[in-house]
Amino acid sequence: MPGPDKETDLTERIEAFLSDLKRGGSGTGPLRGSAETARETTALLRRITAQARWSSAGDLMEIIRKEGRRITAAQPSETTVGNMIRRVLKIVREEYARSRGSSEETDQQESLHKLLTSGGLSEENFRQHFATLKANVIEAINELLTELEGTTDNIAMQALEHIHSNEVIMTIGRSRTVEAFLKDAARKRKFHVIVAECAPFCQGHEMATSLSKAGIETTVIADAAIFAVMSRVNKVIIGTQTVLANGGLRAVNGTHTLALAAKHHSTPLIVCAPMFKLSPQVGRLSSLNSQFTICISGEILSKVNVHCPVFDYVPPELITLFISNIGGHAPSYIYRLMSELYHPEDHEL
Amino acid sequence: IKEEKQRLRKEKKQQKKNKEKKDEKASHESEKKKNKEEKPVSAAAPASQPPTQPSTQKAVPAPAPVPVPVSETPALADKPAKTKADLKAERRARQEAERASKQAATSKPKAPPNELQPVVKRLPEHVQVDNPGVLKKLAKKLERQQIPLRLDYGYKVSLFSHLHQYSRKAPLTQQLSIPSTVIHPAIVRLGLQYSQGIVAGSNARSVALLHAFKQVIRDYTTPPNEELSRDLVNKLKPYISFLSQCRPLSASMGNAIKYIKKEISNIPSQCKEEEAKRKLLSCIDCYIDEKIILAAKAIAKSSIEKISNGDVILVYGCSSLVNHILCEAFEKNIKFRVIVVDSRPRLEGREALRRLVQRGISCTYVLISAVSYILPEVSKVFLGAHALLANGYVMSRVGTSQIALVAKAFNVPVLVCCETYKFCERVQTDSFVSNELDDPDDLIVTRKGKTQLEHWQDVPSLGLLNLVYDVTPPDFVDLVITDLGMIPCTSVPVVLRVKNVDQ
Repeated sequence: MPGPDKETDLTERIEAFLSDLKRGGSGTGPLRGSAETARETTALLRRITAQARWSSAGDLMEIIRKEGRRITAAQPSETTVGNMIRRVLKIVREEYARSRGSSEETDQQESLHKLLTSGGLSEENFRQHFATLKANVIEAINELLTELEGTTDNIAMQALEHIHSNEVIMTIGRSRTVEAFLKDAARKRKFHVIVAECAPFCQGHEMATSLSKAGIETTVIADAAIFAVMSRVNKVIIGTQTVLANGGLRAVNGTHTLALAAKHHSTPLIVCAPMFKLSPQVGRLSSLNSQFTICISGEILSKVNVHCPVFDYVPPELITLFISNIGGHAPSYIYRLMSELYHPEDHEL
Repeated sequence: IKEEKQRLRKEKKQQKKNKEKKDEKASHESEKKKNKEEKPVSAAAPASQPPTQPSTQKAVPAPAPVPVPVSETPALADKPAKTKADLKAERRARQEAERASKQAATSKPKAPPNELQPVVKRLPEHVQVDNPGVLKKLAKKLERQQIPLRLDYGYKVSLFSHLHQYSRKAPLTQQLSIPSTVIHPAIVRLGLQYSQGIVAGSNARSVALLHAFKQVIRDYTTPPNEELSRDLVNKLKPYISFLSQCRPLSASMGNAIKYIKKEISNIPSQCKEEEAKRKLLSCIDCYIDEKIILAAKAIAKSSIEKISNGDVILVYGCSSLVNHILCEAFEKNIKFRVIVVDSRPRLEGREALRRLVQRGISCTYVLISAVSYILPEVSKVFLGAHALLANGYVMSRVGTSQIALVAKAFNVPVLVCCETYKFCERVQTDSFVSNELDDPDDLIVTRKGKTQLEHWQDVPSLGLLNLVYDVTPPDFVDLVITDLGMIPCTSVPVVLRVKNVDQ
């Protein structure tokens, strides 16, 4: 097997992916949705598993971790990348455990008894070599990929359970998940959507044109009018960039205001987020400021500080329901889902 | 025209006799208005109150002089008048019976008449756009006053179909002939300035209005056989209709117009014209001085006590009063910094930013979606108001309620600064029933080379909503600073009552 060629090919692909991420973050490269990023990351990890040289599970995990750290460093705000890496690491652990023959249940459950008697799970060092491990891991990653491809459809299928006819629904900015969700419901029900435009990028405009082309009665409002129209809104349905471990959100700028207004009027706030957006980070994250200047004349621009944050933190008390590809959950349940998806040791890459 | 005037004056005298009955009837009518399609009460300018009722009511029994295209035979023209008179008599009788039965049934303790005056309110025309009867009446009235009717533009969101929505590209002045004989050129200019947004902001609009009226009064000459007190008020009516067609009147403008009309009608008939004009001009100057300029000084003085060193103050949009306060505080060498919050599509905050930076105040600028990001740094929020409603709600630029909401969530005190002449007797609980819809094309913007909403009119299910005002509930506001002192939001009706008793 031409090892060095494969290696260079692999590193080339990783480099290409990294540069894409970097450019996507600064707005110059192709803007892609989170689902796409997740799929590409997983495909890349599958390639690494197939082509890199490793002999035991521990090696593989080291390689993945190393690459993972580089990739996340390229674009810290893109958390789906980190999430996918953790998923794959968990897959590797599972496959290893299965190959070893020990049942998954006892390994994963951190019972109090085990913690006290065995001194923790970190005794496992993943050094054993299994011939079938590679094939198993690649198969599991393929399953993950098929799951990723079906997330949007799975969420959209639940639309009719949550939207009744003649409703007024509010949303903000542009989310492909919410778009699919609403379009699916519109096939059977008639309702009205109000889209907050989400300045300064005004992604809400794209969302509104897309929804209205599907025949949904849509209205575009300015961000300032969110509280003013909220009294007539029956539900607020939003997408998010990341779901945090405490059930909070890291969503597009303006979502916190929307959530507060919904809370004031006791309007349910529903978040449509596929499972790959779930991230083990907690609480407020360092904010990111975008380089967008909002037409202030030059002479005063130099004397003024301008802030333009890209994301908002929404605390879990303001959220009513999460709709994901595996069903609906309350925000208080998110921590449990976390433990099923990721291994606690992988929380820090 | 003279005969018409004489006839109208006769009817006015007749109506002055049963003025009280008509008051009751009008209040009943305004309740039943939405159900009635045939006989809607004539649409009054939003500022009209009891003193002007007789003059507006005279329009009701006089459909004939309206220059309607003469396809109707005279007999037909008489018939609607007669049936109208019949119906009116019936209604009057019915309502007197109702009133008698009501008085017999309930024995309310009789309050002293000047304290619990029933404020007879007519539903203003500009919130009844979905009522075709009202629109017809308005069209007739405007035609009589020779003012063009402004047409609505674009697809209106169903929730707001009761409001007008105009386009800035089609100002009313394009439909006027030059030179306009009915409308004074100063008023035409003012109307254009309003509709294009050149003069914007509650105080600015009121002051511009008063200056234009001063010009009108200066150029006015009493025609023979007329009294200045009555004729001048009638002259002002078409101007006010024109201005409200250009842009719906604000509460402050409404109060100013009420004041002027009262002053004009209080001029004694034996007063010479020159003296009367001089008196009126000085009244207007006095009003501007007292209610706007001195009030601003008083409010600034009280507000400065609330600003301390090291404060971070958040302001929204461009309020002349709040800018004045901040500049005064800066003069007094208080060390603070300001965060200016701005919102699309008006982006008025840039103007406030310019003024503050020119004085040397250190400023930060954010858009309204970033308010929850920046609020942890803020120590106080200062907001301006367009009007203060009688139930304690603050009517202000759209977005104000949002800022007050988020400030409440972060426990930051919210102070509203408002002069007393902006207090109005309306009550409102949400931002839908009475609002202003601005040009929807303002929301269109180009980002990354693409203008998504450019052809929004072609898509049938797409609507753009550009609200101008919203109402903030009183529980979000901690303090209202007025020229009468610092009061809580709920004391607004008390101030209104005190003002009414004074007058």
